[in-house]
This record gives sequence, C-alpha cells and structure tokens, in this order.
Amino acid sequence: MKDLIRASLAIIVTSGILMYVVSILEDSSSAGGGGTITVFNWGEYIDPELISQFEEESGITVVYETFDSNEAMMTKIEQGGTSYDVAMPSEYAIEKMKETDLLQPIDLEQITNLENIDPYFLDLAFDPGNEYSIPYFWGTVGIAYNPTLLDGQTFESWDDLWDPTLEQEVILVDSAREVIGMGLNSLGYSLNSRDADELREATDKLKTIGPNVKAIIGDEIVEMMRAEEAAVALTWSGQAADMMWINEDIDFSVPEEGSNLWFDNMIIPKTADNIDGAHQFINFMLDAEVAAQNADYVGYSTPNEAAMELMDPEVTGDERFYPTEDLRERLEVYENLGLEMLGIYNELFLEFKMDMEK
Amino acid sequence: MKNNSTNPFYLIPYYLWIVLFVISPIALVVYYSFFDISGNLTFDNYKNFFSSVYLRLTLSSFWYAFLITLISLLVAYPTAYWLTKTKNKQLWLLLIIIPSWINLLLKAYAFIGIFGLYGPANNLIASIGSERLQILFTDFSFIFVAVYIFIPFMVLPIFNSLDRINPALIDASRDLGASSWTTFRRVIFPLAINGVKAGIQVVFIPALSLFVITRLIAGNKVITLGTAIEQQFLVTQNWGMGSTIAVFLILFMIIIMMVTGEKGGTVNGKIK
Repeated sequence: MKDLIRASLAIIVTSGILMYVVSILEDSSSAGGGGTITVFNWGEYIDPELISQFEEESGITVVYETFDSNEAMMTKIEQGGTSYDVAMPSEYAIEKMKETDLLQPIDLEQITNLENIDPYFLDLAFDPGNEYSIPYFWGTVGIAYNPTLLDGQTFESWDDLWDPTLEQEVILVDSAREVIGMGLNSLGYSLNSRDADELREATDKLKTIGPNVKAIIGDEIVEMMRAEEAAVALTWSGQAADMMWINEDIDFSVPEEGSNLWFDNMIIPKTADNIDGAHQFINFMLDAEVAAQNADYVGYSTPNEAAMELMDPEVTGDERFYPTEDLRERLEVYENLGLEMLGIYNELFLEFKMDMEK
Repeated sequence: MKNNSTNPFYLIPYYLWIVLFVISPIALVVYYSFFDISGNLTFDNYKNFFSSVYLRLTLSSFWYAFLITLISLLVAYPTAYWLTKTKNKQLWLLLIIIPSWINLLLKAYAFIGIFGLYGPANNLIASIGSERLQILFTDFSFIFVAVYIFIPFMVLPIFNSLDRINPALIDASRDLGASSWTTFRRVIFPLAINGVKAGIQVVFIPALSLFVITRLIAGNKVITLGTAIEQQFLVTQNWGMGSTIAVFLILFMIIIMMVTGEKGGTVNGKIK
C-alpha cells in the first residue's frame, strides 16, 4: 500500500512539474501577447515555415490541425469542442456553412492585402462580396498520365479513359462528385446535374470503364503514379503537380468536354475565439511574398496576382495549372447540391464500385 | 446474505461501464436509424436497405468474410495443433501474436509496397522468368492481407482449447485401437470445437465490416458494409442510413453468435 501511494505521489508531482514547465514555455512563446489561433486546414496545404514566420511577426501562437474532407471539417466545427479560428473549405462547403450559420463575417478593412488577389477570384457566386471568405488556392480536376508507360495516347477527351488499351492502368480518386462528374461531363451534361435520367446514364456509362480501372483510392494516388504502378489517374490539379514534382515524366490535361473548377478559401468559423488573430493570419497569407512561397511549396494555383509576379514564369505560364480565362469558361464550379442529392450521388458511386465490369 | 449485500456495491463500476459504453451506444445507433437526412421520423432507411444496392453489398460482404474465415481456419488449425506439440509453445505463440500489436494501417501500407508492380513479390516472380503480375488491388491481395491480419485471432482460441485437452484421453483412444485420424475426428476435434467457434466469431464479424484494407489493398474493388457505413457518416452525413446499416451488422453479429454458440455441450465448463 505504501509503495502504491508513493508511486501515485511521484506521478502526480511529475505531472505537476511538467504542466508548470509547459505553461512557462507557452507564456514565453507568445510573448507578443497576441494569444493563440487554431488553424484548420487540408493536409500538406501550407508551407510550415510560414507558420513560424507568422508566429514571429505577430506574436500569436498557431495551433495547426488538418482535415481530409470538407464534410469532416464541417462536422468538427459544428460539434464545437475545439474553437477553430481559421479554416480552408471549398466553395460548396462555404455555401453550406452559410446556410447553417457557421461563418463569421470577415472585416475586409483589416484584410489590406486583398488588393493582391486577381479580381477574377473575388465576388464569386458562392460568396457575393466576399462577405465570409477569402480565396486561398484554386484548381481543376483532370487526368494525370505518364507518357513513358503509354503508347502515345493523349487525353483531350474524357472518353480517352475508356480506351481498351488502358486495361488495368487507370486510377480514380475515391470521391463521388469527381467520378460521377467525370461520367456526366463525358456525356456533355453538367456536373451539377440533378436529373435522375442523366445521373443514371452517367453511372451506367461509368460501369463500362471497369476493365481499365486499377483502383479507386485517395491520397495514395500520388505515390502510385510516382512509382509508375499506374499510367493514368483522375485527380485534382494540385495532386498532379505533386506527382510531377517527383516524377518529371508525368503530364496533366483537362479534357475538352469540361471539368470542375474549384476554389479553396479561408474562412472564420462562428465558434472562433480569436477573431482579431484570425484576420491577421488571413491578411498575412495574402502577402505577395508569403503567397508566392506558399504556392511554390503546395503546388496548387494561387489566386494572388502579386504573388504570381514573384514566381517562376514557367510555373505561372503553364496553362495546365493556370488555364487562361477562355479555358476556364468550359469549367464548372460545384454547386451545393444539398444533402439529399449528395446522398444520391454517393449511392450511385457505391453502385458503380460494386457493378464495375471486371 | 452477507455476500449479497456487498456484491451490488462492487458491481457499480461494471454496470456503469456496460450502460455507458455498451448499451447506450447501441441504443443511440438504433435511435438514429429511424431518422432520415432532414431529421424526420421514418422507416425509409430500412426500406432503402432492402433496395438492391445494399442487399448485394451485404451478400458480397458475407461472401468475402466467409472466404477470409475459412482460409484463416484452414491455416490456423494445423498451426495451433502443431504449436501444442512444440517444446517452446509460449515463444512460438508470442511470435504469432506479435504482428497483431502493429497498427493495421502500417501493415496495409507495408503490403502496398510488397505487392506493388516493382515490389519484392513481383521481383521474385520476375526472377523466375515470369511476367510481372498485378497483385495489388485484386481479390487475391485483399483476402491474403485480411487472412494475414486475422490469423493470430484464430490461432489463439484454437490453441488454448487444444492445449487444454488431457493427453490421457488421446492415449486412451490410441490404446483402444483408434487410428490417428479417428482419434482426431472423434476425440481431439470435438474437444476443441469451442476454440474453433470462438475463432470463427472473432474473425467473421470484423471481416464483415473491414474498410481500411478494402481501399488500400483492394482499391475499393471489393466493398463491404464497413465502406458503406464510413461513407454514410463521413461523406453523405446521412447518420440515419449509416446507423441502419450498423443495426443490421449488429443483427448479423447476434445471429452468428447464436449459430456458433448454441450447440456447444459445455460452455466455460458448465453443462448447458
């Protein structure tokens, strides 16, 4: 019994000392008195050096957490628990968060660097007047392919993925809207279709791609393409940029029929604690040099015009990742389809996975 | 009487645990299964479950879980039998159990490397002059990895029940003229049947709802009820439908427990 008490005491005393040390460390690191902010972002979606730079400049400590889908992010914000101060959802998620009153209006007067942003990316349909959101990155959905593993196939059309010579060569991203969207686009329909017949036709067409499908996976796509396990992948432009960064043979194309154009944006959730700090962080990320460094690191396309001037013109002139406005005309932004429609998309996706022709 | 008056007090933590972490979660799952996506009370989720997509999903889950259990059993039984005959039983057993301490995700990622087109498995195939095969993202790789993961859970209960058999019974059987096959069939197998049943339970039920390796190893070409539940909760946010699928999983579980638990003559030494 004595031993037990002694052991418990030792544990309690040790924990106490550790907690004291932690509190001292925290005090000294936030010497500027700015407090802390919690940033909630996609994985691999910021240059970590910039976080330290922001902490040094502002005296605010940044707690950084990541999520892997808009839905998971919204669920966590809605449930409270942690009060996130800044998050980076996609456009359709912002529409939804607006509906459910999860967003804090942004005081644009504090975001002086907003002038750096290309006006094309401001005042978009999902958030008129940028009342709640500030552009972070943007991109497209398309086909990444490795010509060294192919016999000269190109991918100007979605139908090229159905080419019988591509047996077991195509990887699809495990996401209902991208895959069903590809089916819809290949038939010339809108990827925001709510028409049951169009969706049925798209799903039936998708099933015939089965023999070409090697796998339907998530972030593992990058590694698979890098290791030349597969020759072709349906993926986001930024993921393709990651692949090209490590395997120079890989190329990327956005098919002619059209595809998805998406925007990720910085927002302040209603549950935020440090609204002032959140504004400072957003403004910091819009600084030309910061945004340029971030875009170089992340590989996605930046909406920051001033930053683009600082970047390698070879990167910003690359129409695969910075399509011209003409090209962008063919692309569609996801609309918030509502939970019910999203459910239907997902059930069709499940059906596609089950009934793919072998 | 004295015993009875002290018992309830000590049982409080146990009951509290059961109510908080077993009964209430199940009750919540059942409760949510009666609500549709906009929060209306409805039976639609159950009707929807009997639509073709989910029924076929259930069938295919059962089929793969059956294959995984059968192959695990075929590998684990002889292994467990051989283990009881070795000198350093505990050491060998430990070696079989250790892999189960490693995180499932790590094992899955390791297999992605092993089964890859340029991985060790294909290097071996190529070295004997054959063409490189697509191993990853096939039914074969899925079942292989699932069996690999579940084998320790199958070996352990079978080993325990085989090890507990009194060797005198086997000697008696041989003395009375039974061949070794008859001894196995009439003496060893019936005496160890509870271990087999326990093994089937611990393998079959989780195998029904595997979802990490369906994506990483089978590339989502095999999908199970687990995949569907994950999708309903995380992507579609249709907690009602997700809960409904979970309710059916619980029902299947109960049925399997009843089937594998009923006929046993003795359970924990008590005659039923």
